[in-house]
Amino acid sequence: MLSHIAILMENQPGALSRVVGLFSQRGYNIDSLSVAPTQDPTLSRLTMTTSENPKIVNQILRQLYKLVDVVMVQNLSDAEAYSIELAIIKLVSSREKIEKIISQAKELEGKILDDKDGHIMFEIWGDSADIDALLASLKEEKFIEVTRSGLLGMTKGNVALKTNDQTKISYD
Amino acid sequence: MTSGGEALIKALSDEKIDIIFGYPGGAALHIYDAIYQQDRVQHILVRHEQAAVHAADGFARATGKTGVALVTSGPGATNAITGIATAYMDSIPLVVISGQVASHLIGTDAFQETDMIGISRPIVKHSFLVQSAEEIPAIVKKAFHIASSGRPGPVVIDVPKDMTDPKVKFDYKFPKDLYLRSYPILGEADPLQVSEAVKMLKAAKKPVIYAGGGVIQSDASEELVNLSKMAGAPVTNTLMGLGAFPATDNQFIGMLGMHGTYEANMVMSEADLIFNVGARFDDRITNNPKKFGLEAKKIHIDSDPSSIDKIINVDVALNGDAKLVLAQLCKEFKNSSIENADLNPWWDQVEEWRQKHGLNHDMLNLENQQDIILPQQVIQSLYKVTKGKAFITSDVGQHQMFAAQYYKFDKPRKWINSGGLGTMGFGLPSAMGVKFAFPDEDVACVTGEGSIQMCIQELSTCSQYCLPVKIINLNNRALGMVKQWQDMQYGGRYSSISYEDSLPDFVKLAESFGHVGLKVEKFSDLNDAMEEAFSLKDKLVFLDVLIDPDEHVYPMLEAGGSMSEMRISKKDKTF
Ligand SMILES: Cc1ncc(C[n+]2csc(CCOP(=O)(O)OP(=O)(O)O)c2C)c(N)n1
Ligand SMILES: [Mg+2]
Repeated sequence: MLSHIAILMENQPGALSRVVGLFSQRGYNIDSLSVAPTQDPTLSRLTMTTSENPKIVNQILRQLYKLVDVVMVQNLSDAEAYSIELAIIKLVSSREKIEKIISQAKELEGKILDDKDGHIMFEIWGDSADIDALLASLKEEKFIEVTRSGLLGMTKGNVALKTNDQTKISYD
Repeated sequence: MTSGGEALIKALSDEKIDIIFGYPGGAALHIYDAIYQQDRVQHILVRHEQAAVHAADGFARATGKTGVALVTSGPGATNAITGIATAYMDSIPLVVISGQVASHLIGTDAFQETDMIGISRPIVKHSFLVQSAEEIPAIVKKAFHIASSGRPGPVVIDVPKDMTDPKVKFDYKFPKDLYLRSYPILGEADPLQVSEAVKMLKAAKKPVIYAGGGVIQSDASEELVNLSKMAGAPVTNTLMGLGAFPATDNQFIGMLGMHGTYEANMVMSEADLIFNVGARFDDRITNNPKKFGLEAKKIHIDSDPSSIDKIINVDVALNGDAKLVLAQLCKEFKNSSIENADLNPWWDQVEEWRQKHGLNHDMLNLENQQDIILPQQVIQSLYKVTKGKAFITSDVGQHQMFAAQYYKFDKPRKWINSGGLGTMGFGLPSAMGVKFAFPDEDVACVTGEGSIQMCIQELSTCSQYCLPVKIINLNNRALGMVKQWQDMQYGGRYSSISYEDSLPDFVKLAESFGHVGLKVEKFSDLNDAMEEAFSLKDKLVFLDVLIDPDEHVYPMLEAGGSMSEMRISKKDKTF
């Protein structure tokens, strides 16, 4: 099963390499990873998916939280969460055919971005599995390239991934 | 107004550091100039950066304070890596300051540039790259806090040369408080879990308390003894935990694990409750985790939540600081009205195991003693002469295991060895660190002729600073521990474990640095030589003891087996 982990971390040089390094160092697999700054420029938010088993995922969460640069970690798979992925696909085909495919994929949203001499580039977003299915249905076509954002996600309702207030440590 | 270099040293002094170990070089020159112009922080010049870190590490292990090392960029930084990894594996609080090329040169493959933050990343608790000189005091404060709190560990501060430029001055202010986002430090454990643990401990018919380095880190020996006395259970210590519970107490059943005592490993296999205090179910302990403690319920106290359920799943997790959690347990134990189970049958069994294959601590009085010296006897002689009170540092190999088995540590912080990384070369430099911290105490480094040569250059440092440590060299003319494995698992094919005729004359070598060298070849000379070594109070003595080269360390757990599958001697095994 794919686990889906959201991480809030210091927007510091080196912070991302600590997170990624943890995975290689401890032999955990990362299936996808996306990262960008947040509204608060001192923090960035990272979402990753891994297909490790639940015991390992538990370890991953604890090891991540142990990193000084990691401010908060959440397993979105444990919560009621919404997730979405974006893919951009370029292939040799006809505009009509791709438009039809997009409109038939009920679970996905998409649109054509570019069309040059039969090289069609289009975007598609929605659930990762539905994107997988759409890509599979195109397997007869001549692909030029595909890029996927990796999953983004967020819990529903009145909860947020946020920092504890800064811990103030006083010395006498 | 101060420069960054001055600020760095001032901040160390404000952290109450009065000694650092290091080695200078280009990128650190401004810092060394700042050191020269003050006298609150003493700098000890070692002969290799690995030794600087090990010395700071030995200092930290013996005192409980944070050790500090200072190295230059490039080769200085890479030489420090083994030392940092050693401290990381054993959770030792260190701050390692490395010089770095000037910030505008970073990334250009400048002279003596290495990516220290990158290289050290997997072996530090945290690291800082200084990006402006003004932030140096705050970074130092954070570094010390992170290194020493929670589960301790090494912290690197990488300092580009321009950050310490004497021409760039600013107002020095050591911050009173510091701010860290989401850096939780565990204190007491969940009271519900505590009372559950006490219930289990009282109900157990065959309990064992298995205590590790975490007890020493959190200075929780007293609380461990209190709980153990109330519970009446047998207590075993890991290699890292030796001294956490007094070895001469009858409740102590010795070290457990790979070279643990027969009785400790049997107790672990047959127990119905394994109570882990500050240990981490390391593979040298559990042997095959699939065969570990199958009959036992398990309780685990740890200050690092990621240690819980990492290797062995437990029934009750007590996340918290060992000292506080043990105190909670003691209180709960006292107040609980549940009766203690009768442990007499269990102790009868433990005694039977002890009698059957327990270690012989009286080998100085062996009958039909020949003149050949057994390694165990050297440790027993050392124990006798130092009355069990010395600080013992060690290297890695058979000699380390003999020291761990036969020197009965009654106090924490007296046994100083590289348990997690197993770093040959650790013994001598760490002994220097201990001796600086405790100049009036006996400090001995138990080593082998292989290990001692890995940091032998430090004999020169000992000479410069008049450090009268005692080096007890268990000289078996071979990489003994490797040879032992080759005997057991490779049909005695001794691949690259002999130096042939190339060993130095250690006596002359020691003398060449102005030290005393003594060579012991006969058992009948052993005790006298040991006495002499320790009577020469202000001399470093290199005691080169030629021991039986064929002696193996036993017991030894069988690879892939359970904890009860042991070799007891060259002929006997339990499986
Ligand atoms: C730096 C390092 N290299 C290699 C090893 C592997 N190793 C473990 S014990 C050992 C032999 C140690 O020989 P010696 O110091 O003479 O001790 P003895 O086992 O003979 O007592 C070796 C090579 C190690 N632990 N550390
Ligand atoms: Mg040897």
